[in-house]
Amino acid sequence: MTISVEVDGTRYEREVDARRLLVHFLRDDLNLTGTHIGCDTGNCGACSIIYNGTLIKSCMVLAVQADGARIETVEGLAEEGELTDIQQAFSAHHALQCGYCTPGMLMSATALLRGNKSPSEEEIRRAIQGNICRCTGYVNIVEAIKSVSA
Amino acid sequence: MTETTVAPPKPVVVEEGKPQKGWAGQNVPRKEDKRLLQGEGVFFDDIKRHEMGYVHFVRSPYAHARIKSVDVSKALELQGVYGTLTGDEVAILTDPFFELSVPPGAHMKDYALAVGKVRHLGEPVAAVVASTRELARDASELIEVEFEPLEPLVDARRAQDDGAPILHDEAGSNVVWDGTFDWGDFEGAVAEADHVVKIKELHFDRFSSTPLECSGCLVEYNRGTGQWTMYCNHQMPGVGAIWMAPSLRVGLDKLRFVTQDIGGAFGNKICLHPYFVACCLLARKLNRAIQWTEWRTDQHTANAHGNERWFQDIEVPVKADGTLLGFKVRAVDDCGAFPRYEPLGCIIWAQVTPGCYRWRNIRVDFTQVTTNKSPVSPNRGYSRMQHLWLTERIIDIVAHELGLDPVEVRKKNYVKHDEFPYETPNGCIYDSGDYARCLDIALELVGYDQLEKRRAEAKSRGKLLGFGIGSTLDSGTNNFGQSMILNPELQFSGNNEVATVKLDIFGEIVVTLGTVPQGQGHETTAAQVVSDILGCSPDDVNVRPGHDTYWNSHAGFSGTYASQFAVTGLGAVKGAADMLAGEMRKLASVVFGCSDEDIELAEGQARIKGNPEAALPFMALGAILNANNAGLPEDLDVTLNCRYVYRPPFEKPDVERKYGNLTLTYATQIHACIVEVDPETGVYEIVDYAAVDDCGKRIHPQIVEGQVHGATAQALGAATHESFTYDADGNLMTPNFYDYHVPHALDMPPMKNGFIESESPFTPLGAKGMGEGGGAGIHAVCAALQDATGKTVTESCNPYNRVWELLRSEDGHVEVTGR
Repeated sequence: MTISVEVDGTRYEREVDARRLLVHFLRDDLNLTGTHIGCDTGNCGACSIIYNGTLIKSCMVLAVQADGARIETVEGLAEEGELTDIQQAFSAHHALQCGYCTPGMLMSATALLRGNKSPSEEEIRRAIQGNICRCTGYVNIVEAIKSVSA
Repeated sequence: MTETTVAPPKPVVVEEGKPQKGWAGQNVPRKEDKRLLQGEGVFFDDIKRHEMGYVHFVRSPYAHARIKSVDVSKALELQGVYGTLTGDEVAILTDPFFELSVPPGAHMKDYALAVGKVRHLGEPVAAVVASTRELARDASELIEVEFEPLEPLVDARRAQDDGAPILHDEAGSNVVWDGTFDWGDFEGAVAEADHVVKIKELHFDRFSSTPLECSGCLVEYNRGTGQWTMYCNHQMPGVGAIWMAPSLRVGLDKLRFVTQDIGGAFGNKICLHPYFVACCLLARKLNRAIQWTEWRTDQHTANAHGNERWFQDIEVPVKADGTLLGFKVRAVDDCGAFPRYEPLGCIIWAQVTPGCYRWRNIRVDFTQVTTNKSPVSPNRGYSRMQHLWLTERIIDIVAHELGLDPVEVRKKNYVKHDEFPYETPNGCIYDSGDYARCLDIALELVGYDQLEKRRAEAKSRGKLLGFGIGSTLDSGTNNFGQSMILNPELQFSGNNEVATVKLDIFGEIVVTLGTVPQGQGHETTAAQVVSDILGCSPDDVNVRPGHDTYWNSHAGFSGTYASQFAVTGLGAVKGAADMLAGEMRKLASVVFGCSDEDIELAEGQARIKGNPEAALPFMALGAILNANNAGLPEDLDVTLNCRYVYRPPFEKPDVERKYGNLTLTYATQIHACIVEVDPETGVYEIVDYAAVDDCGKRIHPQIVEGQVHGATAQALGAATHESFTYDADGNLMTPNFYDYHVPHALDMPPMKNGFIESESPFTPLGAKGMGEGGGAGIHAVCAALQDATGKTVTESCNPYNRVWELLRSEDGHVEVTGR
């Protein structure tokens, strides 16, 4: 079927298989490869996006379900090359090493901070518990998010 | 010149080294970050080619079975399927991969796809290529494979029993390699000892670092040249090519490896050659770009685990004053279904034979066997971690049995600060360090002086508090000559790494590396080293991301593995930058008509010392040589494009005595932890944790600290939950992140870090390789659980249920004899 989706401010219309996962639609059909895949089971969170304002894992949604949706991915965070505060904080605090979990981590952090400008450490850890990172032990990710909290 | 801002130093540093001059030693912003933060990194799975085909592997549902037939005909009928590959084709088109071991391991046959037999769950039996990932998966279900199940061998301790199933009939045995390592005089030590502590058996469990990005490649075949290009995440292309090219019956130059960003590797991406050969065959057969992305379940089931190892019949002679004289052990190493890189693990532990201790009489009977489980590969801390767990378990069990203080017994037996460089019983040279100082810092960070008070307070809440130490070494920069101890016929020794640095036409400084970074910040640290030598800012240095065979900046051992970049990688970068600096001075001296000794490089210029007016910007130098060179002297030997091969100073080891220097540097990690155990449930929490690291000069302290965090997190995962557990039929019980629980943000304890810098006297920058850690977190947690429960901890992985069982178990693992 044909779906129409807005991703990072651009509207796309595409023919998709009913079984196409949203993450594969983003990566393979739209070539928006900033959103990553780290597992087959919805555990790792590398594919996290903001979907009609809500944080979701895009491997847990079919592309056809996203018809009419407004999607934000890591590729839309920076405006005209200007990194957002949370992106800058990730760099300043060395909150990324290989960078593979980073897109999902940034989307989780962005969603958290939109709803809660001054989260506690416990709230930060809870907000990113659905995102697996194998490089950092989360130490500097938590520090980075703390640093942009009000 | 552009500005580089320096992030403020982190407050966690306890003890700094000498004050830094220049960029090396500062936390400059990472060059990699900008692209990775915007989703603009390029990982192999991001790359697409016109009409490329997606591969799906048909995998064995059995741990051990004979393949009776493979029928691909129905899959080929499905529209959108491009073609298939079977084990029978592979057996005709390729030769088995070369084996590192002497017999019996030498006789084991390993192909890209199973030939005749499957030896572990998930072993690839056939491959199918289709126009989409989904269709390839559908088609794989139409491939009919008839198996005749065989009895599986799951427990390595049974591998040599009469009647045990044999995996590799050609070898006639499940033994890959065995050997005795005997240094000092163990019997003499027993005679001298006041006590001998005997431990029946310890078990180091299977786990892996499970990088978040699974393995894979996009392979293109060039029919005209017969060359394959692999856009991939292989972390050791030099060795990958040595495996693949003879198997494919082509020269090394027919294989081009290209990487850019890699989503973690940790050693688990060293043994990708079987899959890559299958993809190469398919790219040639189907004349089409072939894309393979491993599924997470396949990564857990059939790519690379870390070695599982059993330690049996351990004997430890000890003097009454707590001096440890040595140990004896029989080690049985389980490498899974195929040896691949693994026979090297039979030797690599010997880099850290005595751990951090001065004992001199050590005998290890080492046997590596195959089992019907996933093959293993190097995994962060590779082979040394298992051995260091043994030495740390020995220390704590001995202390526990003899009523010694685990802090004091360590301090008494640690190699002393003034003994460096220290030669170990097997001829390795520990370059520098101060273990006791690191331990003191760790104790301070966890508040050790308040321990008994906290223990009493925890008890009042019904909790058992335990304290544990893990003291380890991260040995870096391999001497590949150690492979000759495994197999004297192997023609490997020493080590090398390559870098090029050039000054281009518009004054751009361009660096290429032979290494294959996966998050370690090589672009950044290389730029720091180059900018210090050339007199510019790291922002002016363009380090090409990743690795490409076509750059010709690689050598036989190129890659990113075994804690060595700061030595080999940066050693090559420094060498190339020094060469370029010399050439730039020479060219400037010709232009100015002075001696090159009068030229200095600073602020992006070559200028006459003491006369800043007489200055040529780098752009002018680049332009003169590359594009405006008429009139330059004929004998001016300047290319402004310098390639340097760093080669560490190594000798071949004495194969008979298994003796020699096996690695160049030894970074230290001393960890301390405090746990609280609920005796009713076995649930425990790490309530305090400190990691102290000494890797010599730190080029980028923040990156070092990040590596310490990551290595600690992986060790804590392995200590508490991560286990590749098999049932009796050889089925993996933890094939994905549901069942295989890696640490999440809420699982991590608060972590305190300390650093000291004992510079290495043997390396170009005083730095030591680091990053792997020695699994100190596993050792510290085991020690803390033993302290809390009062029971001998014999397993490396202790999930809550095991602690519950431990609390209710009869001890009886240890016997002490003595005067």
